[in-house]
Amino acid sequence: MNGESKTVVEPYGVERAVPETEAEFRQEEMLLNLGPSHPSMHGIVRIITKLQGELVLDAEVEIGYLHRAFEKSCEATTWNQALIYTDRLNYVSTCINNVGYCMAVEKLLEIELPPRGQYIRTMLCEVSRIADHLTCVGAAAMELGAFTVFLYMMIAREYCYELIEDYCGARITTNCSRVGGMPHDLSDGWLEKVRWTVGKVRHILKECDILLTYNRIFVDRTKGIGAISKERALQYGFTGPMLRACGVPYDVRKDHPYLIYHQLDWTVPVGHRGDVLDRYLVRMEEMEQSCRILEQCAGKIPGGPVSCDDKQVMLPDKKDTYGNIEGLMNHFKLIMDGHGIRVPAGEVYFSVEAGNGELGFYVVSAPDENSRDGCNNRPWRVRCRPPCLSFVAAMPEMIRGLMVADVVPTFGSINMIGGELDR
Amino acid sequence: MDSSVFDNNLIRFLFLFGAAGGLVAFFVALSAWLGPKSMNETKAEPFETGMIPKTDARRPFPIKYYLVAIVFIVFDVEVAFLYPWAVEFRNLGAAGFISMMIFLVILLVGLFYAVRKRVFEWK
Amino acid sequence: MWIDLVILLAKIAVVFAGIMTGAFVLTWAERKQSALMADRIGANRCAILGIKLWGLINSLADALKLIFKEDFLPPKGLRVLHAIAPIFAMFPVFVTFAVLPFGPPLQIAGKEIPLQILTLDIGLLYILAFGGMAVYGVMLAGWASNNKYSLLGGMRGSAQMISYEIIIGLSLIGPVMVFGTLDPGRMVVAQNDLLWGWLPKWGIIVQPLAFLLFLPAAMAETKRAPFDLPEGESEIIGFSLEYSGMRWGMFFLGEFAEIVVLGAVMATVFFGGYQVPYLFSGAEAASLPGFHFPWGGYLPLGEWWIVALRVLSFGFKVLCLMWLQMQIRWTFPRFRYDQLMRVSWREMMPLALANIAVTGIVIMLVSR
Repeated sequence: MNGESKTVVEPYGVERAVPETEAEFRQEEMLLNLGPSHPSMHGIVRIITKLQGELVLDAEVEIGYLHRAFEKSCEATTWNQALIYTDRLNYVSTCINNVGYCMAVEKLLEIELPPRGQYIRTMLCEVSRIADHLTCVGAAAMELGAFTVFLYMMIAREYCYELIEDYCGARITTNCSRVGGMPHDLSDGWLEKVRWTVGKVRHILKECDILLTYNRIFVDRTKGIGAISKERALQYGFTGPMLRACGVPYDVRKDHPYLIYHQLDWTVPVGHRGDVLDRYLVRMEEMEQSCRILEQCAGKIPGGPVSCDDKQVMLPDKKDTYGNIEGLMNHFKLIMDGHGIRVPAGEVYFSVEAGNGELGFYVVSAPDENSRDGCNNRPWRVRCRPPCLSFVAAMPEMIRGLMVADVVPTFGSINMIGGELDR
Repeated sequence: MDSSVFDNNLIRFLFLFGAAGGLVAFFVALSAWLGPKSMNETKAEPFETGMIPKTDARRPFPIKYYLVAIVFIVFDVEVAFLYPWAVEFRNLGAAGFISMMIFLVILLVGLFYAVRKRVFEWK
Repeated sequence: MWIDLVILLAKIAVVFAGIMTGAFVLTWAERKQSALMADRIGANRCAILGIKLWGLINSLADALKLIFKEDFLPPKGLRVLHAIAPIFAMFPVFVTFAVLPFGPPLQIAGKEIPLQILTLDIGLLYILAFGGMAVYGVMLAGWASNNKYSLLGGMRGSAQMISYEIIIGLSLIGPVMVFGTLDPGRMVVAQNDLLWGWLPKWGIIVQPLAFLLFLPAAMAETKRAPFDLPEGESEIIGFSLEYSGMRWGMFFLGEFAEIVVLGAVMATVFFGGYQVPYLFSGAEAASLPGFHFPWGGYLPLGEWWIVALRVLSFGFKVLCLMWLQMQIRWTFPRFRYDQLMRVSWREMMPLALANIAVTGIVIMLVSR
């Protein structure tokens, strides 16, 4: 073997030597697989690293271990049935996925929810966001060895999930929304429980803040680690807390307001270093902002219906379905195969701010060949823009030149969720 | 008090050595006897988080760790010098103190050199 | 003659049983303590005939499981080295305890029986020597496994352990200078003196900086969080990756046994060993055994009561120090390799040397 190696040009114009065989590596270099079956790789991603002792010379990320053909599966379902697949995208903050998908279809249908429905959606989204951030920060801290913090945060997440469970009966696979509205109104005492939960979450966040933010080891382990510049972050297509940690105050909730976010008083926290510490701090502050949003919503929520009154979209009440022929007919027309929600042909992109960043749904409705109204009861295409794909793409750049031990906090900070990454 | 062979520290130490070694060996043997045995090709591979390793792990390794070991030897010898001095410190007086401080300062210069040469860093 | 043999074996048995029980209970205590800290319940499932003993049966079940698990020898590794590595993790821990007195000498039938297995003049050096042997376990395990993760763990482990061994060695110089002896037995006796007539002359009081250096350095030797880099289960999974069954358990138990021994060393050098403040035996206080309080009070106690109190006091101190190590382990995140090296060589090392210099100056000023 001679020492030559071929040079490949990677995306973004980075030239990199790729050794063909092991013998071409310099003797001190070691090719190490981190994952897929690695404790901090969630079992669903593989990072191939080239190490010189502790130093990461180069890295490459391999994804796709959790691919379940979400987008293709959606094409085989009706509009509302596709909703259950969105539960399996980001399985930590499922309500946001539900709401995002529903709102994309509603945009195609040109429906707007009555205020109460919008408030409920906002609250469910914010509770989910808190759960998402808690999981991310807690898991990242645990991977750094701070196991106690992780368990504290799980307690707080438990309260959030209980709140969601109180609304829709499920904790993870929430399926909490419908195209055109909400399945039902809030249960009694839910708003009081929101206030109680916010208090609990705040208390736990304060404890964890003391355990982490003022911990020299934690700060040393995260400061300046996995940093990425504002420009590179934008080139990669970062969104969400990762982008805000770099100093770009982009938040879908502020820049393209949906639901009732523009009526509420809250701020977008921004970092400036773009490293793991800033991501952590941004997430911690966002949880506080979510708490504020929840409190305001709980105070301001109006009465009235929770769904639109369009009978071609929303199912009738159960008492109508069982009680009179109009209700039964309505139910039949929406449920039976070949009928269902008639969505006019067209394409639409709608994005919401998920826990990780901009979660976009590109939904296409093509006219059914048998239809006379140019509508279709099934999506022709559902494309999901997962926020964490661009983070994972930037992983090699973020960890190059760091130490092996830094791979873990960096990876923890990007909050890779296999469900939405591989779809 | 009559003296016996068991007052000898070496004899005691041999007993201790035997007992500790025996206990440890017993644990290992117990597991080796009682545990099941099975082997197949996949299981024989070293675990590399789900991937079959391409190379042997035992190959030339960065020199950094070795440098730490070298510095360790230097300073461990220093510690070995310090112990008898510390025990006899009161009897040696100021002269003993000052000479040991000079020795320590020389070693500190060595430590400073090692730090400046970035022996304890990776980048 | 034979009675001596019996006494020696009895002492060895007591010490080993103490360490093993300590390690065994520690596995349980760690689960319960971490559970308590994290608002959980902890081990509570295993039961024998419905008796759970607050989860202690779980530890028994763990041990049984380890014994009956497959003892895996990696065919692509170095089998002999792989097999003996765990012995190096466990053996030195048992041997180290031998020089630590766990109670005052007993006087039975005109025979003085020191409550320590070896009465060595160079006791502290012996502790350092055998404590240092533990590095072989990590290194051999990492090298023999033929696994890249293990190798990284082994390399990290050996670099870490030798770096902190220096700190341990240097931080113990201060107490040695103060007490003028390397014999732990005599060191403990010296710690019953009173400073200015009321303050016990414990190691931590005369050498606070030495203790602050010794504690983290010694914790680094046990390879537990925040110093669990060789283990680093979320990063490199650890040097013991290719181990299973009881031979993995040896690393695990060795770690816990190290906590016990470490607690004992700290208690001996820095917390007065078996001494209870103001408690003097008849030989030490003009045939007036009991508490002599600095404000003039005197509480007479029988000699056997004093022995019992002292053995209990030693056990209590070791327990407290083990608890302290656990509390630290469950509070802090893990260091990174370069940070670990920086802390040891660039921060603790100059401090340890300064401690020696300052101690020397103070002793010379005081004794003048």
